[in-house]
Amino acid sequence: MKQEYTITVYTENQIGLLNRIAIIFTRRKINIDSLNTSPSEVDSVHRFTIVINETEEVVRKLCRQIEKQVEVLKAYYNTNDEILWQEMALYKVPTEIIAEKVKVERLLREYGARAVVIRKDYTVFETTGQREETEALIKALEPYGLIEFVRSARIAIIKESHGFHEKLKEFEQAQPGEDVAENEYLSKQAEVFTM
Amino acid sequence: MTTLEALEEKIETPVKKIISITGSEAVLEAMIAENVHTIFGYPGGAIMPIYDALYDYKDKLEHILVRHEQGGIHAAQGFARTSGKVGVVFATSGPGATNLVTGLADAMIDSTPLVAITGQVFAHLLGTDAFQETDVINITTPVTKWNYQVTDATEIPAVLAKAFYIARSGRPGPVLIDITKNAQIQKFDYEGYTSCHHIRSYRPKPIVRKEYITEAAKLINAAEKPFVIFGQGVILGRAENEFKAFIEKSGLPAAWTILGLSALPTDHPLNVGMLGMHGNYGPNVLTNECDVLIAVGMRFDDRVTGRLDKYAKQAKVIHLDIDPAEIDKNVKSTVPVWGDCKETLPLLTELLEKKDHSLWLQKFNEFTKKENELVIYDEMHPTKEEMSMAEVIDALNELTNGNAVIVTDVGQHQMIACRYAKFNESKSNVTSGGLGTMGFALPAAIGAKYGAPERTVIAIIGDGGFQMTLQELGTIMQFGAAVKILILNNQFLGMVRQWQELFNEKRYSFVDITSPDFVMVAKGYGIEGKSVNKRENLKAALKEMLDHDGAYLLEVMVGKENNVFPMVPQGCSVAEIRLS
Repeated sequence: MKQEYTITVYTENQIGLLNRIAIIFTRRKINIDSLNTSPSEVDSVHRFTIVINETEEVVRKLCRQIEKQVEVLKAYYNTNDEILWQEMALYKVPTEIIAEKVKVERLLREYGARAVVIRKDYTVFETTGQREETEALIKALEPYGLIEFVRSARIAIIKESHGFHEKLKEFEQAQPGEDVAENEYLSKQAEVFTM
Repeated sequence: MTTLEALEEKIETPVKKIISITGSEAVLEAMIAENVHTIFGYPGGAIMPIYDALYDYKDKLEHILVRHEQGGIHAAQGFARTSGKVGVVFATSGPGATNLVTGLADAMIDSTPLVAITGQVFAHLLGTDAFQETDVINITTPVTKWNYQVTDATEIPAVLAKAFYIARSGRPGPVLIDITKNAQIQKFDYEGYTSCHHIRSYRPKPIVRKEYITEAAKLINAAEKPFVIFGQGVILGRAENEFKAFIEKSGLPAAWTILGLSALPTDHPLNVGMLGMHGNYGPNVLTNECDVLIAVGMRFDDRVTGRLDKYAKQAKVIHLDIDPAEIDKNVKSTVPVWGDCKETLPLLTELLEKKDHSLWLQKFNEFTKKENELVIYDEMHPTKEEMSMAEVIDALNELTNGNAVIVTDVGQHQMIACRYAKFNESKSNVTSGGLGTMGFALPAAIGAKYGAPERTVIAIIGDGGFQMTLQELGTIMQFGAAVKILILNNQFLGMVRQWQELFNEKRYSFVDITSPDFVMVAKGYGIEGKSVNKRENLKAALKEMLDHDGAYLLEVMVGKENNVFPMVPQGCSVAEIRLS
């Protein structure tokens, strides 16, 4: 049975790795619903959070393929009840309508929205929550002239996880993480001899 | 440390005094430190600094100038397959690099250790659509085990050390390093080369779980009809002896995948033949009769399993593999045995009870007898005037005694050669298995000869495949690789024609291929050759080919519309194998 799975991948910070991970999905014609990259609790280790809708068998195989990549430390997959997850959404609405209609104000309070900016012409609100919550606010705001809407990728914490520090000690053995090489040549174009 | 690595010479260059060298020199120093002697390659604008440096390394590094980069990478593959070392290929940016893609894909799917070095435009030109600029890293990402773009010379020693380590360790594969021209030219303080043995995020070998070994041994000991199927993992893990000891301890019949061929001598009493679409009768039918199926270093390719939902459903499956992603990928295993089979097989053998499975083995022999009567005998002794491919291979066996390296291309001749060629030694079968790359054999044979210079290397190629890469005759001409080229010419793209005959009502759509006079083509390259179309001349011609000092091309005209049988038609179960 297909359902939503959140895949958490711990990786080295290397250019090109995003592509290596993404093509594992695209090659099998699997759509990525949401993808977030961020630092992790461990210095120099990055964390990908990927959401897809698939069967467990497919997800397990995908995780094995992801872990097979040289720069991937570990990949976990979880169902929605095994994680705590949040998405952030921004809504731009005309200020005059909000100012006039008391109903909108009540709406925003109801959904726990916070004003990020208030200008004469528009106001931007932010909410954080799960998909249904952010979606419900769009519906509610639509009649009041919603100008723009954007939602972030999912970020998730695995309930059972004890973090990656211990696991990393196992991985570290001898070699510490490497920094991405800063390249002086890319920023000194004019000084480089050309053919 | 993997076994592959353990056997490679330990190379630890002592830290010398710091010297200033160019990135190009650092590349070549890395080659020497990694014990590379032979490089296949083709120069071009973006890799010129490396070739300039190579000029001064001619006494330490042998460079074979191929005629096309695809030929270069296939040669590096052939080299890796017969030598067990990492194959190395150089190419320039843009078209040079894109011409490597087929070979990378081939090496990726057949787990061949390679390091490909490509030149790239200057770092500051990246992304400007510069002359001969191609996004090689992104093009090759799906077909490399690892790839990396170097834009600064100081990175070169460590990156190349990593490249060789990744290519040969764990499940081997191709690695591509793209080096921008500025990094090749740049001088930097070189502190010597340190080989790589550990990467934090990389687990080449999973930890062996003893409880699974015990469980697997229990299953095998209790089995009435155990059946072993093995692949290239045995060869890549250098575990041929461990494998032999394993099957001999309790007399387990063993069948091979096309890449497992030659890991176990053909005439070993427990070798029951080839698996898969054109494999032998017994191994296919009895896959669906065995009670315990033990898969060693193989990946259940669809050409081996046929219809998956009717594959060995009655059997408990034990799967030994170094790559955890292969376990349960296609066939669900009852007991997964993660690990290097060089380690896991002896542990398993130790727990096996000596058992007599001769009755079960007898069953395989009965099928062999039947296949002999219904297929093989006629193949070997055709009543038609036209020669069959099988009788050519049979005649060749008599002359080589199974001691030659056989390199095959893709198609009917490949299936026939793999079915009938005899092998005494491991690493003797070089073929494009997973990718099925036509045009592979000629360049791969050149590399195979450099990888095993003391051995006879015979490239068996069809008339179609030969025309895909025949420009490499020029490489043979210039560098004198003593490759024996045996063209089995049926004047058709035979395998596709066979399918069109069997499944498309003989609607022969573009399979009728004309060929040049191959002997004259060879002559043009200064290579001796002959063409035979009569049975009575076959043996003498084969002998002449083998006895000739140097490369030789022999064309044998064979039956135009012969089919390869047995055959498991696509979408059928292995038990539904057809004998005609």
